[in-house]
Amino acid sequence: MTFSVGDLFLILPELLVITTACIVLVLDPVLRRPDKDGLVWLSLGTLAICMGLTASQIGEQTLIFSGLVVIDTYGAFWKLLLYFVTGLTILLSYSYLKEERLYFGEYYGFILLALTGMMVMVSASDLLTIYLGTELMSLSLYTITGLKRAEPRSLEASAKYFVLGAFSSGILLYGISLLYGATGSTRLPQIATAIAGQGLSEPLLLFATILLAVGFGFKLAVVPFHMWTPDVYQGAPTSVTAFMAVASKAASFGAFLRVFVEGLGGLKANWSATFLLLCIATLLIGNIVALVQTNVKRMLAYSSIAHAGYALIGVVAAGRIEQSSGIASVLLYLSLYTFMTFGAFAIVAMLRKGGVEGEEIEDFTGLAKRHPMAALLMLIFMVSLAGIPPTAGFVGKLYIFLSAVEAGLTWLAALALIFAAISAYYYLRLVMVMYMREPSDQSDSAPRLVMSPTLSIVLACAVAGVVIFGVYPNPLVSFATQAVSTLK
Amino acid sequence: MSGFPWLTILIFLPLLGAAAIFAVKDASVRLVALGITVANLLISLPLWWLFDASSDQMQFVESARWIPPLFIYYKLGLDGISLPLVIMTTILMPLCVLISWRAIETRVRSFMAMLLIMECAMIGVFCALDFVLFYVFWEAMLIPMYLLIGIWGGPNRLYAAIKFFLYTFAGSVLLLVAIMVLYFQGGHTFDVLALSQQTYGLGLQIWLFVSFFVAFAVKIPMFPFHTWLPDAHVEAPTAGSVILASVLLKMGTYGFLRFSLPMLPDASRLLTPLMVILSIVAIIYGAYMALAQADLKKLIAYSSVSHMGFVTLGLFMFNIQGIEGAVMQMVNHGITTGGLFLCVGMIYERTHSRQIADNIGLTKPMPRYATFLVIFALSSLGLPGTNSFVGEFLVLVGTFLWSKIAAALASLGIILAAAYLLWMIQRVAFGVPAAHLLPKLHDCSPREMATLVPLVVLIFWIGLFPNPILSRMHTSVEKVIARVMPASQEETAASHRQNSLSARPALSANLEGTSDREAPLPPHFATIPTKEQQP
Repeated sequence: MTFSVGDLFLILPELLVITTACIVLVLDPVLRRPDKDGLVWLSLGTLAICMGLTASQIGEQTLIFSGLVVIDTYGAFWKLLLYFVTGLTILLSYSYLKEERLYFGEYYGFILLALTGMMVMVSASDLLTIYLGTELMSLSLYTITGLKRAEPRSLEASAKYFVLGAFSSGILLYGISLLYGATGSTRLPQIATAIAGQGLSEPLLLFATILLAVGFGFKLAVVPFHMWTPDVYQGAPTSVTAFMAVASKAASFGAFLRVFVEGLGGLKANWSATFLLLCIATLLIGNIVALVQTNVKRMLAYSSIAHAGYALIGVVAAGRIEQSSGIASVLLYLSLYTFMTFGAFAIVAMLRKGGVEGEEIEDFTGLAKRHPMAALLMLIFMVSLAGIPPTAGFVGKLYIFLSAVEAGLTWLAALALIFAAISAYYYLRLVMVMYMREPSDQSDSAPRLVMSPTLSIVLACAVAGVVIFGVYPNPLVSFATQAVSTLK
Repeated sequence: MSGFPWLTILIFLPLLGAAAIFAVKDASVRLVALGITVANLLISLPLWWLFDASSDQMQFVESARWIPPLFIYYKLGLDGISLPLVIMTTILMPLCVLISWRAIETRVRSFMAMLLIMECAMIGVFCALDFVLFYVFWEAMLIPMYLLIGIWGGPNRLYAAIKFFLYTFAGSVLLLVAIMVLYFQGGHTFDVLALSQQTYGLGLQIWLFVSFFVAFAVKIPMFPFHTWLPDAHVEAPTAGSVILASVLLKMGTYGFLRFSLPMLPDASRLLTPLMVILSIVAIIYGAYMALAQADLKKLIAYSSVSHMGFVTLGLFMFNIQGIEGAVMQMVNHGITTGGLFLCVGMIYERTHSRQIADNIGLTKPMPRYATFLVIFALSSLGLPGTNSFVGEFLVLVGTFLWSKIAAALASLGIILAAAYLLWMIQRVAFGVPAAHLLPKLHDCSPREMATLVPLVVLIFWIGLFPNPILSRMHTSVEKVIARVMPASQEETAASHRQNSLSARPALSANLEGTSDREAPLPPHFATIPTKEQQP
């Protein structure tokens, strides 16, 4: 194994984030409560520096640490998205945790540790490195899911997440070991070469592919491996839910696409058929079950499952055609999905006020009267999630479905669009409750809602993304296309 | 042609206005909304005269790259088909603001903003020449309309709003798939004009036609897809009903004329019998349903189903009379039904009931109001001298050339329209009003007069001098027909035209109003020199 100091320079963002995470963890017990705000600003500052460093790596294409890690535009795309989401999460948590009376400095440390894991996932070119990143991310998330220690639901969510997460990691690891047995390597380029050499006949290879698909299926919350999602999303503190729904999904997709396109690209025809089935099941279950939810966080959990289904359409399409437009549309879709989902969770977090949980659909009754701005923003996020123009959600769907039609999957596009029409019902139900129901007498006595400055920043970023990219997606499209072009 | 971005201003001025409305004082919200809609009307009027009627090309074209990797353009333009619809929209919007002056008391700011956003999207739909741009405008109006019905609507508004939304959204889902299939089949372009030049296989055309059909038929609404309409109309606030009936319904028929016919000519020809049957069913069924209604708004809603049946019938005749009649009828229905809904809104403000039984004998206490109501009703039943006569007559002439039986059946609709409208008039205008309502029945205020008079003027103007509208749409309609009826069909089309030339003067000899357009039309066009179009 060769190792050079130059390699360390290339992973400077990762090093910086993990160092800050350690500093936060160490300083937390030492600092008095008013000073702990400093940790928030330290974390945000680190993210800003990392953003600059990673942005300077766009266009780079280097294998480092003997091919364990690759620094390329594809990784940079995901990393920039992850920094952005993490920054929003920290800003959202700042006011939300005070409302929940959760004063844990470790919280920010774990968020940063999870971020490190995600960064490793998206820039690893070795299956074991990917596994390492996945575990770092998952373990940090298990911890912060159970942060509301006084609340059984939060603890249950944490335990459930841990058991199922560990189970899925086991399957993933089993798949990796079988793949090693079949191809003699855990490096993605070597695996690709080996598969090209020996053809598709090896049953071991197919079995390994299926195990990998299952392992990633858990992380992506794809039906039938989605069972943990609603419970965990509902039980976790809302800021953590938002982080999981967006960042962990993005990172998992990042690693998943790299493994299947770069490593297992030779088995395209096989995995494309598998994912077609998963995709239809995901769209079906995600959208139908969301219809009957009364808890907004559960509803958004099923909605996030459904959106993973839409993203999978792009993956299926990519398996059928030579062009990279399918993968690019997945990248675009997930980055647009980030804005709307995060915004929606931020509004849910905002409603947590005093004794009001703010998670039931009933809690949104008459929001348009109580806080017109919050209602308007939620309206925009819901419209975008339903995929109605001129919002980001429409642009994402347009690209995904175009790649499906290009791959000859017109029927799948039609089916998915019919599910999109179904999904409009549950998104609009929230709009209906906010705008068309009068606030009950009870909610007159409800605490006045205020938008804290940090929350305002989060919502402004989210809504700006939804509207601006809904009307003018070109910069994001060209970045996604450029990122995918480096994927072999 | 001047490079002045007329259409962009026309589309986005209301949107800016919607933003501005949130910045002004409470007292001036209504005035600002009125000012913006009137300004938009004034901007749109010069287009009527700047429009070159002798050209079948798109005019006032603006084009800019929007999403280059997919070749999506921001492309706008007007032809003789969309021009009258745009002007109709800009004329109706100030009236919608005026009728809501007192009727809307809660959240006036948001209400006016919604109206303005609707105006932006509606004009956008009629101007868009890029399929994605069209779809964006087409869908963008769903949310404001949903909120208009759901927030300011009647008692059953929640049900009506979500029904409206889900019907139209589900309907347009397949439209998007069809657009994407066309993109790959038509050579990676979303340009409506370029896609209209391509030829596609018959099997594909039928699939695409069905997808288009579902989206447009829901919007029109054609017979089996109409059930959202009575609910939405009844529950919507007056301005919402006017927008729905006058403009939104036209988008469906406009879609057929702009997309289905020129892009999918073979499928359109093949499926003509189906479309004709559905249209005739809609005409008769809508009229019968209207006969049975006790609620004024429901009555007008079902009469819309019936009248829109005439429009679809005319469109699928593929002859100049049928299609010109259909476009005329689109404009006429917008004016007449808009007027009827405004009238119902006014009486609702007074008696808080839309039931016919609660609003009887209005002539004595409200003579001006009753006069307007009678004029709109007579126009709606197609009395010669009013606008609807011109449209319905042309449609029936076109139908007669295609099939005498179809024309006879469609004529039933006119007879039934006379029945339900006159019966309605008999009850509402005449009779003895309930004593307890008399103090509430004050006659039209100047504001209400200002709302109705423009429409009455238009009714008689179009009824007596339809030529300005017909002459502007003539070449555009001919272009569509040339596309649907290619060379092989030319002989039949020519014989139709021959028939029509001999038939028309005879049929229209003793009907006032139409005779002045019939005979001179073909020579009139022959004499106008064709101007060169700049690219």
